[in-house]
Amino acid sequence: MKPAARLVLLLAILAVALLAAVRLGAVPLTLRQVVDAARGTGDATTIAIVRRLRLPRALLAAMVGGALAASGATFQALLRNPLAEPYVLGISGGAAVGAVFAIALLGAAASGGIVALCALAGAVLAIVLVFRIAAVAGRALDTRILLLAGVVVGAFFNACILLALTFADADAFRSAIFWMMGSFSGATWRSIGLLGAAMVPAFILLAALARPLNLLSVGEETAAYLGTRVERTKLLAYGTASLLTASAVAVSGVIGFVGLVIPHVVRMLWGADHRFLLPASILAGAAFVVLADTLARTAAAPTELPVGVVTAFVGVPFFIYLLRRRAA
Amino acid sequence: MSGWSCRGVTFRYPESSRPALDGVSLEVPAGACTAVLGPNGSGKSTLLRLLLGTLRAEAGEARLDDRPVLEWTREAIARQVGVVPQGEEAAFPMTVRELVAMGRYPHLGPWRREGEADRHAVERAMRRCDVLAFAQRPIGTLSGGERQRARVARALAQEPAALALDEPTAALDVAHEMAIFELMRDLGRAGTTVLLVTHNLNLAARYADRLVLLDRGRVAAQGTPAQVLTRETVERVYGWPVRIGQHPGPGPDTGAPQVVPLSGEACARMAHAREAADA
Repeated sequence: MKPAARLVLLLAILAVALLAAVRLGAVPLTLRQVVDAARGTGDATTIAIVRRLRLPRALLAAMVGGALAASGATFQALLRNPLAEPYVLGISGGAAVGAVFAIALLGAAASGGIVALCALAGAVLAIVLVFRIAAVAGRALDTRILLLAGVVVGAFFNACILLALTFADADAFRSAIFWMMGSFSGATWRSIGLLGAAMVPAFILLAALARPLNLLSVGEETAAYLGTRVERTKLLAYGTASLLTASAVAVSGVIGFVGLVIPHVVRMLWGADHRFLLPASILAGAAFVVLADTLARTAAAPTELPVGVVTAFVGVPFFIYLLRRRAA
Repeated sequence: MSGWSCRGVTFRYPESSRPALDGVSLEVPAGACTAVLGPNGSGKSTLLRLLLGTLRAEAGEARLDDRPVLEWTREAIARQVGVVPQGEEAAFPMTVRELVAMGRYPHLGPWRREGEADRHAVERAMRRCDVLAFAQRPIGTLSGGERQRARVARALAQEPAALALDEPTAALDVAHEMAIFELMRDLGRAGTTVLLVTHNLNLAARYADRLVLLDRGRVAAQGTPAQVLTRETVERVYGWPVRIGQHPGPGPDTGAPQVVPLSGEACARMAHAREAADA
């Protein structure tokens, strides 16, 4: 199968996943009803369900899944580490600190928008902090130190979260925990627009970095000899992947295992060339998260499972399988 | 045509008290094969990195094509010079074909797709390095020598005016080592500048037009193999007794100097004789 055909296949899977996400739920809809509602005909309730609830939610899930998978693939190449994922450099910790402090301090006054804004600010703080720590240690950016700095900063932020939760009242505690579990229930067209505005330039930049990332995963010295400006490439890759993760976390909380597992699946099936790996990971990650969220909404209805539970229940066994394969 | 030269190049690694290179001046003429020799830690790889612009000299200047190498962009150097660095390990599995095809990246930039000429260059490079048969195998499944040949193929796929290789035959069996040296000579004759770091004195003497012998960061000797590989120089630099013979032939390198290291007992005897003479 040619790379273009594989991408078309993944796109078809994503389309099917999106359609399933819009059709399934407390009120199951037929294809006809979905199409009518999308065009604005049919009864008002169905239109509201499709246009205001399910469609934005499914689209946001797809975008977050794609952003996390692209970010994970980039971090794995940049850090030359198969265990790297979007949250490994403390970004989720920073975002969670922002969100939890907003919830704990503002209580009921904290709207979804404000929490998202504080989460984004926390994530950007983490990105800058980790980079500053790694960059002062030497003139060239040492990605091993970047990894260590990320892990340490993440651990520090986790301590901050525990501290904030200790003094939070019961309601704030509950909503902070729910935020950290990650969810698409707050999806709005505005959050889709904001995430989209971050994703389009990020994906174009990553596409331009695909060949340099191939070279970086072979080695920094080799990359330089094959025409890559290594320091600039590392900086761009770190900044782009970090900001992608930060914007995804800000709108949906922390959703694990997508960014780790999806790039590995694509690599195992079709190889490690980033010119294919990045777009394929975006599409596969999007489809995976849409399906996971649909399962999370419907499996134990009317109770909604955290989507992170579903991605982890699929992701963890697969991850163990990967580790055992690697050891063999 | 691409040659290197450097004048008075000095370089010190940050943690080190002794400079890795100390006032090195040398010529790597265009369209010829130059071999850099020297004991472990004499500064061979450091010299290569300075000539390729990945290290910055503390004093002195390295020039490529008569322009300071630091004025070249990485893209421009990569279109001109193919490099086989000493060691690398891919973080993720990739096939030999994918690795060799990376040699075309400097010509393609970030967006352009591989064309007919690129595919042809990749295949030709793989054939010349005898890796075409396992083009689709993951590099992780190859032996050290096969992997090394794939990396030489990647440098050839660049179709560069100059090649710089850091111990390219370190893990190769005798036939493949000979094949690489013959390939370097053929390329040199066809007008490619070849700069080769190696520990194999005898093959360097046969296949290189010029030798540069480094000793603790300084140039101990440079010139033709016969000028550089004398008994006094080799014994002084390596600290081991040798005899210099001549290649018996047949072939084009009949008569090239060949270094035969003597046994350790002779070394002890030499030291003893020197002590006796001193006394």
